[in-house]
Parts: sequence; structure tokens; C-alpha cells
Amino acid sequence: MIGNSAIRKEGRAKVLGRSRYTDDKTFRCVLHGATVRSDVPHGILKAIRFGEGIPWKEFTIVTAQDIPGENIVAAIVPDQPFLVPVGGEIHHAEEPVLLLAHPDKYLLEKARRAISLDVEELPATLDVASSDRVFKEINILHGDVDSIWAQAAHVVEADYRTEAQEHLYIEPNGMLAIVAHGDHQDQVTVCGSLQCPYYVHKALVHLFNLPGDKVRIIQMDTGGAFGGKEDYPSLIAGHAALLAWKAGKPVKLIYDREEDMAATTKRHPSRTHVKAAFDANGLLLGLDVDFTLDAGAYATLSSVVLSRGAIHAGGVYRCPNTRIHARAMATNTPPSGAFRGFGAPQSLFALERHMDVCAAKLGLDPAELRRRNFLKLGDTTATGQLLKEDVDLAGLMDRTLADIGYTEKRKLFAAANETDTPIKRGVGFSVFMHGCGFTGSGESYLASVAGVEGLADGRVAVLAASTEIGQGKDTVFSQIAAQALKIPMDMVEVAQPDTKVVPDSGPTVASRSTMVVGHLVEDAAYAFKQALIQQGFLTEPYAPEVFREAVKRSHARLGSMKCYAQYHNPPHIVWDDKTYQGDAYPTFSWACYAAEVAVDTVTYEVKVEDFVANQEVGRVINPVLAAGQIEGGVAQGIGWALWENVEWKHGRMANNQMTNYIIPTSMDLPRIRVGFLENPHPAGPSGAKGLGELPMDGPAPATLNALQNALGPLRLDEVPMTPERLMDRMEVARG
Amino acid sequence: MVVFNAGRSPFDRFLDLSRLSELQGIEEDATHVSFGALTTFRDMEDCPAVHRHLPNLVKSARATGALAIQNRGTLGGNIANASPAADTPPSLLAYGAELELVSSRGRRRVAYEGFHRGYKQMDLAPDELVARILVPKPQGLGFHFFRKVGTRQAQAISKVCLAAYARIEAGVVAEFRVGLGSVAPVPARARHAEAIIQGAALRALPVEAACTELLKDISPIDDIRSTAQYRARVAQNVLRQMLGELAAV
Repeated sequence: MIGNSAIRKEGRAKVLGRSRYTDDKTFRCVLHGATVRSDVPHGILKAIRFGEGIPWKEFTIVTAQDIPGENIVAAIVPDQPFLVPVGGEIHHAEEPVLLLAHPDKYLLEKARRAISLDVEELPATLDVASSDRVFKEINILHGDVDSIWAQAAHVVEADYRTEAQEHLYIEPNGMLAIVAHGDHQDQVTVCGSLQCPYYVHKALVHLFNLPGDKVRIIQMDTGGAFGGKEDYPSLIAGHAALLAWKAGKPVKLIYDREEDMAATTKRHPSRTHVKAAFDANGLLLGLDVDFTLDAGAYATLSSVVLSRGAIHAGGVYRCPNTRIHARAMATNTPPSGAFRGFGAPQSLFALERHMDVCAAKLGLDPAELRRRNFLKLGDTTATGQLLKEDVDLAGLMDRTLADIGYTEKRKLFAAANETDTPIKRGVGFSVFMHGCGFTGSGESYLASVAGVEGLADGRVAVLAASTEIGQGKDTVFSQIAAQALKIPMDMVEVAQPDTKVVPDSGPTVASRSTMVVGHLVEDAAYAFKQALIQQGFLTEPYAPEVFREAVKRSHARLGSMKCYAQYHNPPHIVWDDKTYQGDAYPTFSWACYAAEVAVDTVTYEVKVEDFVANQEVGRVINPVLAAGQIEGGVAQGIGWALWENVEWKHGRMANNQMTNYIIPTSMDLPRIRVGFLENPHPAGPSGAKGLGELPMDGPAPATLNALQNALGPLRLDEVPMTPERLMDRMEVARG
Repeated sequence: MVVFNAGRSPFDRFLDLSRLSELQGIEEDATHVSFGALTTFRDMEDCPAVHRHLPNLVKSARATGALAIQNRGTLGGNIANASPAADTPPSLLAYGAELELVSSRGRRRVAYEGFHRGYKQMDLAPDELVARILVPKPQGLGFHFFRKVGTRQAQAISKVCLAAYARIEAGVVAEFRVGLGSVAPVPARARHAEAIIQGAALRALPVEAACTELLKDISPIDDIRSTAQYRARVAQNVLRQMLGELAAV
């Protein structure tokens, strides 16, 4: 079961068009909702004006003063309102101010445009470099980096930056809310496109000031998320529920693509300064990293994005003296949020580009410089985490370089690039890791729960809040439970995430679903089997049909039997939030990615012509699904590296259409050659580690390192390296 | 449609012309290939006469939008939408196309060059329709070149688009036209650059002079898709590439 490419359970309904997304669910009396937003990046809301020619009496209108509970989105820091009240401060240009609902979508849109806001504008901070407001600051100290500079043979420093990236999941955000008015308390139900049912649940409990059992969140089939449906859905769910509560009718609030792209979160833009010291043999003596994230207008998840970015800033290298200073700064742009990789792609881009820059300065091949400095079993990372697994980074790198033909191609391209061909080719790579699960004490704080339940027909159901967002979670959980129970996969059902039915297994983020929640599913399945045995329904060994009969009998006798497992921090994992020292993650996944690029010097367009993605992710549970995750992440990473550019105008995204925000098509990508090296790890079920975010970390530095190889000395310090930016760099280099 | 879908269209009433047979069909005679305004991009891609005589137009059609759009979108629509970023106008300019305009007052025939008078402004009265597009068949030894620069390999809107046609007679450029997209408020002819090349011997094309003159033919801007500087430089680079290929004929 584990290790087989079982056919994806979620696939059939999608292929047949039977999947039910939020907008597919409807009622005759449903109202459509719309959001009126501020259109200035910073100011004080003075008044809301309702224009002429609209039958306002027909509309359900919600402002901040209607809110029954707290007007704050419950999150890490309680700073973001659901709606800006009159007299309140507007912090960014897409901030919700007022909500409207009406049965007629078209009249609704007309009404939205008929509302104007009186705003006293205040000076806006749109550039992170000019911000002086800090949301979070982290210092990681290891050794004494300042003592090193004088004695080092080489000191190399440079600046790097990465820009915002839009998730562009296929299905835009949307929610459907129903509020039943009770004698004592209301019952709020929201169905929607989301990643983390219990985040939304918590937000609505505070918004309506209701006990937990009066709020129910159900995940509908969801068309992709990538982190973009981690925190923002709490806001949309709140808005839909407020309208439904006031109207007394179901309300659907579905964003169209333009609103979704402009208003919802994006990847944090970053600025990184890296200073590295080496001895005469190319051994890393010191690393000083200054890492800044543009958090946007509210704190949202920025503190934890920053944390992951900071911890990954030292990369896969042994370094006796490290200082990482990281800050998340406020600006008057829409809040940045979670996006696959969660800060690590930003800091790893800087470091892995810098390693190539350093190699050139030291006169070494980039592979040789890395080889001399790789972390090994028994080494410690920048946070003082002792590596207890036998990680073979040199082996991973050598295999990747052999797969792409690194040595031969470097020679071949160097000769060809000397001729007057307009196409210049190069090959480059990156070596990196991704921490699996929540950072630091996150998992023990969450204390997630998952369960297994016996059904009347003899099958079992997996109970977990983990959401299927395209990764194949239902399939993987079924494989894990089936393996533990020694039954075929079709005897396992995975319950729809519904807070009334499933326990809080934590959010579907951080490459944790398979490793952390999957492990709980495995434990719960073992407990369920043990319970059947102890109650006398089952004896081992057994055939699947015997198991089915045992579950049926237990159900007939005792009713529904459920077994739960809860996460407990293993005692050997120790983390100190104050000093940022200790085991930052239970384990890491490791990878080396290589890219071959062709640059057209007529148009400055870059084509990635070959790509090799090799990784060590523990035991692979479903090779086809795992390879799909890697291919998708690489595509997203190449898009970020070369094309995906958010054009900001007065603090708003100006190119908020798929025509003008360029993501790659199948014609823009090479065949992605995916390889897995398996080294089972005890942190996950059957030895599996996390892999969902890993492929986002490597493509950008690998691609730009390949560009460097193709074009020679050039300031390749930024992603996306659009044709316009590449032209600027090439013209500057030409003088 | 894009503007309508985004709720930004000032119009909410439309007239469907799609079944008017007099606006359909590709016809070929001794001197011209002519297209009904409702000729789809797909029709052009599928027509042997267009492949044989006007290969740039096939490339333009293939470079436009997605397959679904190529099946529905029309040549007449591409002209009357008057986007400077459309991909068929540069080819039509390079081939010296003419338009037949009709109204209840009658028909008139105008050169396509000059039809676009300013951003989204056309030599088209409110009661007039673009009925047909007439393209003279290139005669003699011809050189055809089309290149779209859209950053993405498919489903892209042009940042620069350049189409060229040259007739070669006894080693000399006897006829030469260049059409450009996305580098001016309207689809543009490169009159200045053409003048440098017209009459020049293939062996001694004044390539750099033409590239310099090209800047007088274009007035690119910064917008959400690209920068003026990029558009100008890439237009020059593509012209240089095209002239290099012409010299090698």
C-alpha cells in the first residue's frame, strides 16, 4: 500500500465534473455578497456615501457597527479588523469597509460602484526600505561572527531581493454562509474554499461571540490554495456570515479573479544582505545575513513566515559563526501571507545565489565550494540543531549534476556562447532543505488530533481537519490507514472536513499533512485495530473481509467507535523561542535542483530547457502524487524566478488579470525530471517526511545560477528576473 | 469581451453579426487574397492560399490568444477592437492591406495604413462596418518575417510584435514594409527604417542605420506589461535580426 502509486481518490469526481465547489452549491433564496473597499493606501475613514439611483432599501448593508462580537480577525496578533469603522484608520488600499448583499448580482455590482468614501488621506509607506514599523524581529546567533572578518581569506557580500508572488489557484476564494437565528443563540454555518477549517472557526467564534459548537465550518471541494487560503478565508467567511446573519438568508460571497488577485495575500517581498567569510581552502568561517520581509499592512502570519525564512537563511552548510538578523516590516500594501515555502524560498534564493557568487570570487566551481561546506551527520545548524540523520548532500548533488550533464554542458556551452549566436546557454543548480512541520514549538502548541471511526457497513472513516487542496490528501491518508489496518484502500473513507465531524488536526500547511497528521492517522488506525481486538471483535491475523465483519459487529453492538491520536512532542526535540536555539524542525527534507537555460539576447527572454529535481524526502508514500507535487512546485518556482511580477501602483496590484500576470504555460516549461532518494525517518508514517513546499525553494536560485553561467558576470540579484530586468542588467554590464 | 466581463464596459446592448454570410469567407483572385471581416484566426490557419501567399498572417493568427479564442475571434474584430497590441495588424501593414468599409450610404476602400488614427480611434463612421480585408498577393521573390515577443510562449499579449515583407529583385530590396505592434498608440508602419533599406543591396544592408531610424517610427510607453525602454530596444533587436536574415537570403 505505502510506496504504491494508488490511483488518486479525488481524481474521478474532478475528471467527471462532479466535484462540488463553493459556487456550485446554491439555494433559491440565496443572496450575493459584495465587498466595498478603501481605495487609498492610508487614511482615516470619515464617511460612507450612498449614491443616487440605487434602491438601497432592497440591499442588506453591513458596516463595522453591525458586528455582534469582536471586530478583529483572530490570528497571531489581533490587529486586523473585519471592516474599518467610520473614524477608523485605513491601512491599505484593498481594505474592506462595507458589505452589500442582493439577489441580483448585476444590480449588486452597480450598487458597489455607487458607494463613495470620504477619506482623509495620510502619508503612505509603500516601500519596505522606508518603513520603521516592525511586526517581528528575530536574531539567531551561533559563535561570534564579528571575530572572523579580519582573519578570513575571503569576505564576499551582496544584496538580493525577491518580489511578491500571486498564488493563482484555479478556483478564486469564495464562501457560502447560513445563519439560523435561535431563541438563545444563533447557529453560524459557513461552507467554502479554504485550507484551515479551524482557523476560520476560531475567527467566527470571536466575530459573533458564540461558543464553539454554534459555529460550523465545512470545506467544499477546493481548487488549489498554495497558502493563499490559509488566513484570508477567515475574513471572507466572516463577511459572508455577517451578511447572512443580517439578511436572515444564505449569502454567497465569491471573489472574481480580479478581486482575488488584488485583495488577497501574496508571497512576502524580501530584501537580503549576505556577507560570507571563507578561509584559504574555501571553508565557510562566518555568515552574516540580514533578512527583511515586507509584511504589508497587518501582522497576519508574518512572524512565522519570518521565522522559517530566518532559520533557512543559513542553508545546508556547516558554519561555526553565524548571525541571522530578520525583520518583518509594516507597509501600506495589502497584507502578505502564506505561500508555499513560507519565507524559505526568499532566504534560500539569496544564499544559494550567493554561494555561486562566492565560488566565482574564490575561483572554485560552485559544486566544489558547496562540497567543502555541506552539513553532515553530527553537525549542528545555525540554531544549534544537531543533525541526527545521515544526510548525504554531496551524493545528492553529484547525482543531480550527472543527471543534467553539468560538466559536459558547462564546457559545451562555454564554447558555443563564444560564437555570435544570439542564444546563450548555461547550467546551474541549488542545494537546499526544507523543515518539515511547524517551526520550533509550533507542533506541540497545536497538539493536533486525528481519528479513525468504524462505519455501519464495515468500512472505516479517517477523521481529520486536513483539507484536500490538490495534493492528494484523501489518497495518502487512505493508504496510511489501509496499511495500518491491513485492509484494501477502498475500505477507507476520508471524512469531509467539517468542524462538527472532524477533530482539529491543525492547518493544512507547512508540509505537515503527511508527516504529522498522517502519523496521527496511522496511530489512530493502530489504536482502532487494538480496540477491536481487545473488545473481542477481531483476532490477528485476519483477512480484510473478517475485519469488515468485525467493524460491522462492533457498530451493531456499541454504535460508532472512534479512536483518536494526539500529537505529543518527542522528548528529544527541544526548542527555545526566546533564544531561537534548538531543534527548529523534527526533520528536514533535502534536495538538489539543476536547470539548463537558454537566453535569447534579441529579446532577453529566458527558456528553461531542462530541469532535474532530486530530493530526499524520507519514504515516498505515493510516487505519482509525490512527483506531481514536485513538478507543480518547480513550475511555480520557475514562474517566480522569471515572469511572475506584481505591478504595484499606489499600493495596489495593477496587473490583476491572468492576461497580464504571467504564469508559465505548458509551452514555457521543460520536462521536469523528478528523482527521489528514500531515507525513511521516524518522524512520519512509515518513514515519510514532508515534501509539498520543498520544490518551491530550489528553482529560482538554480535558474539564476544557470543564467549567470550563460551570461557571465552580471548582477543577477533579483527575482523575478523578467526580460526587462535582464535587459537592464546586461546593458549596465556592457557599460 | 474582457472589459464587459470585468464589468467595465459602458455598453450593455450588442448586435450579433456572426451569421451574416456576406461578411464571411476567404477569396482568392489573380492579385489579392481577401477576407470577410468574420474570418476567424482558425480560418486563416486552415487556408492553403493564406499559407502560400501570406505566411505572416498565419503566424499572427497562431500567436493570438488561446485556441478557443482563435476559433471564435475574427480578423475584422481584431482590427476594429483597435488594440495597438493586436497581432494581425503588423502583418496586414507589412503586406500593404486595404479595407472595404460598408454602410447604408455605400462602400469605400481605404488603405489599412492610416485607418488607425490614434489610440482606439479609427477612420470608421458610427454607421460603418469593416466588411472585407483585401491583401495584395506578393509577387516575385519575397521575404516574409514575423516575430512576436510576449514573454510567454502561448496565450500572451505582445510587448513587441514585428512583421516584415520584402521583395527582392536582382540582389536589391525592391519593396519593403515593416509593421509593428505594441510600440505606439496604433499599429505602426516603420516608414523611416523602411526608407533606409528600400533600394539597398542585400550584401550591404545599412542595418545599424535602419535600427537607429526605427526609433523615429515608434513611441513606446511604460505600462503594466513592459517598459518603453524594453520595447524600443527589443524592437531594434528584432529589426536587426530580421535584416540579418534578409541579408542571408
